[in-house]
Amino acid sequence: MKILYFAWLRSKIGVPTETVDLPAEVATAGDLVEWLKTRSPRHAEALANSKVVKVAVNQEHVPYDHPIAATDEVALFPPVTGG
Amino acid sequence: MAIRVQAEDFDVGAEYAAFTAGRTSVGGVAMFVGLVRDIAGGEAVSAMTLEHYPGMTERQLEAIEEEARRRWPLDDVLVIHRHGRLEPGDRIVMVATASAHRDAAFESCRFLMDWLKTKAPFWKLEATPDGERWVEAKDSDDAAAARWAE
Repeated sequence: MKILYFAWLRSKIGVPTETVDLPAEVATAGDLVEWLKTRSPRHAEALANSKVVKVAVNQEHVPYDHPIAATDEVALFPPVTGG
Repeated sequence: MAIRVQAEDFDVGAEYAAFTAGRTSVGGVAMFVGLVRDIAGGEAVSAMTLEHYPGMTERQLEAIEEEARRRWPLDDVLVIHRHGRLEPGDRIVMVATASAHRDAAFESCRFLMDWLKTKAPFWKLEATPDGERWVEAKDSDDAAAARWAE
């Protein structure tokens, strides 16, 4: 699965994108955030406060209980601040 | 329908002229232009860099425009949002709505800005005397978007 990071999540994790092989038990967006925390201390720190970690699946905002599949484009980012 | 996400500046007068050219059924146009301020949270801001999520940005803006057209009788909608490095006084965003009547133009223009601020994937990085800092989302922006709930 391809994962994209934006804004301070990108700078804290240190890469704009990464490709991961998901274990079978990772079924939802929320599961993914939890699982990503275990990848490195940088991930753990960046993703510590899930209130400010938003998820998009295939370029649509989704809640944490949204299902994910290996072919999805998943993005993690802080609350948006445009306009 | 026009959604544009671009690094370049835009000319508000030229955009208005193009937006209204040849339209004789339009009774009113509402426009909003957002600018970079030189102060935020009490601190001087010397520059701002707007990051976005190419692809999702356009998709979200299109969805927001579609929602505005569903709610109000609009002749046309224009949304221009810039990305990249901007300085105080620079234009960031422009929204224009055209309708036969002013209420639809005013209300939909405000709706587009309120929804854009909470749904379009843009993030602002400010340069201040203390270094760079990411702008935090405001609860007031969420409240502004929430009042349009149906």
